[in-house]
Amino acid sequence: MNAYTSVLKLRFINGLQYRASALAGTATQLFFGFIFIMIYVAFYSQSTGQPSISLKDLVAYVWLQQVFLSIVALWFRDNEIFQLITSGNIAYELCRPCRIYPFWYAKLIAQRVSNAVLRCFPILAVSFLFPQPYRMSLPPSPAALILFLLTLVLGLMVIVAISMLIYISVFWTMSPTGSSLMISVAGEFFAGMILPVPLMPLWLQKIAYVLPFRWTTDFPFRVYSGQIPTAQALWGVLVQLLWFAVLLGVGKWSLSRALRQVVVQGG
Amino acid sequence: MKERLIELQGISKSFKVAKRSAGLRQAVNALFVREHTIVEALHNISFSISEGEIVGYIGPNGAGKSTTIKVMSGILVPDDGSCTIMGFTPWKDRTAYVKNIGVVFGQRSQLWWDVPVIDSFELLRDIYKIPVARYKTNLDLLTDILDLHSLLYTPVRQLSLGQRMRCEIAGSLLHGPKILFLDEPTIGLDAVSKIAVRQFIKTINKEQGVTVILTTHDMQDIEALTDRILMIGKGTLLYDGTISELRRRFGTHRIITVDYREHAGPVDIPGTSRLSWSPERAVYSVNTEHVLIAKVISRLSEQVELIDVTIETKPVEELIVQLYKEHQI
Repeated sequence: MNAYTSVLKLRFINGLQYRASALAGTATQLFFGFIFIMIYVAFYSQSTGQPSISLKDLVAYVWLQQVFLSIVALWFRDNEIFQLITSGNIAYELCRPCRIYPFWYAKLIAQRVSNAVLRCFPILAVSFLFPQPYRMSLPPSPAALILFLLTLVLGLMVIVAISMLIYISVFWTMSPTGSSLMISVAGEFFAGMILPVPLMPLWLQKIAYVLPFRWTTDFPFRVYSGQIPTAQALWGVLVQLLWFAVLLGVGKWSLSRALRQVVVQGG
Repeated sequence: MKERLIELQGISKSFKVAKRSAGLRQAVNALFVREHTIVEALHNISFSISEGEIVGYIGPNGAGKSTTIKVMSGILVPDDGSCTIMGFTPWKDRTAYVKNIGVVFGQRSQLWWDVPVIDSFELLRDIYKIPVARYKTNLDLLTDILDLHSLLYTPVRQLSLGQRMRCEIAGSLLHGPKILFLDEPTIGLDAVSKIAVRQFIKTINKEQGVTVILTTHDMQDIEALTDRILMIGKGTLLYDGTISELRRRFGTHRIITVDYREHAGPVDIPGTSRLSWSPERAVYSVNTEHVLIAKVISRLSEQVELIDVTIETKPVEELIVQLYKEHQI
């Protein structure tokens, strides 16, 4: 097996061990999903104007956020990599015959996926059972479903490429607190994790559209409900690929710079 | 003449040590402005090591031992100097080079904390692309000599330090490296584990011709394992040679303790100084440059009825302390 798939597998096995955490996470996410939808239901019932996204689509949006939280959330991070850098255990990673970027990338993907696998099915199943208007809806067409899965995978690739930059920044800052807090607060917001992008004021939407964050969450979730039509979604896939390429390039370049001046902490 | 495996020429490395106070605000500030002091960790280090040697690399804390190991294993890029190991420059050909070496950092862990040891080993197998057959023979061999049978299927977090260290060493040798770097492999181990680790290092050196470079603070490691020592202090190489040479330079004193049947008065032997005396036991200090041990003993046996004689050499530690003093470290 290839080193990168092998670390993916091991990280995946590792992630599947934490059953209690998965159970607690499932409960929390159901709770949050429910609360968010309650708020939107209240807002929508009082609204006089024409909302830019229908309540049904919004409910799907919120549930998908909760279901795939560990896939799309920027704050979801691997403390192990932070520790590798800050404690100096990176020494071991560096004396392996493989490149660090893909190695960590594989680790991060596996961590998110293993986490999501344990949680997504129960939440997804339950969300279809809630009474209206809380009930999760199916995508309008099989094409929308397939596009959703494609854009979600691409979104995962983009979000991991973004989070790699946070990890790499720790080489300079030595503290994950600063960089990860700044990026995740801004990133979460512009990804539509706090307020769905369609509900933002127009000027804010414009900012969100030029940043990479919304392509990881907002975009696939709206493709799911058909709020973004198929033709437009295909263009979006292209933009996702573009962002992925750019972030990958920047990440690899800055990592190689970081490694050239790496200091192994702790002697 | 054996082939020169490792060649270091004028390696220097200095670190910028960043300074900042604690706290989130400082951390954010540190993204933009930082203060540094420069610490010179290695200064013009040159040496070469031949195939099949076991070399002890010693020096006080912070002398630059680990830094040298990290330069040699391709982790750190030195500021200056050249290093050729098996034809590679470690930091330039990192991924190609590290296939040939194994590294153990005594105070770090390469094993995954929450999963059984064997899972980490299989990951290493894939990382090093070890052919299945060779992996199996190597694993069996290592399992036997390091006695890992019961440990392989235990999660790493449930192993004791000694057990874990044995697994760490096995992990670094799965791919059959030609050079093994050990950075304090016996740190924190009990006597039994230490002896097991030493025995193992000897075995792989003899049987598989693995070249071993080890750093340690444990002088027994050095005495038991190495023929040659390199001593470093404050980033400069202070001594490169054998332990016996070191002894010749500094250790011409011997302590002779003799037990004998009760004897009335103290006995003095010319060329020695008497450190203590009792009717049944005496301790002498002998400078072997002035008088031979054999002569001292034969003189003694003429005057008292000897029961037992022990001759002690100064422990290596003391020699090292003397070296430190000489170089004012």
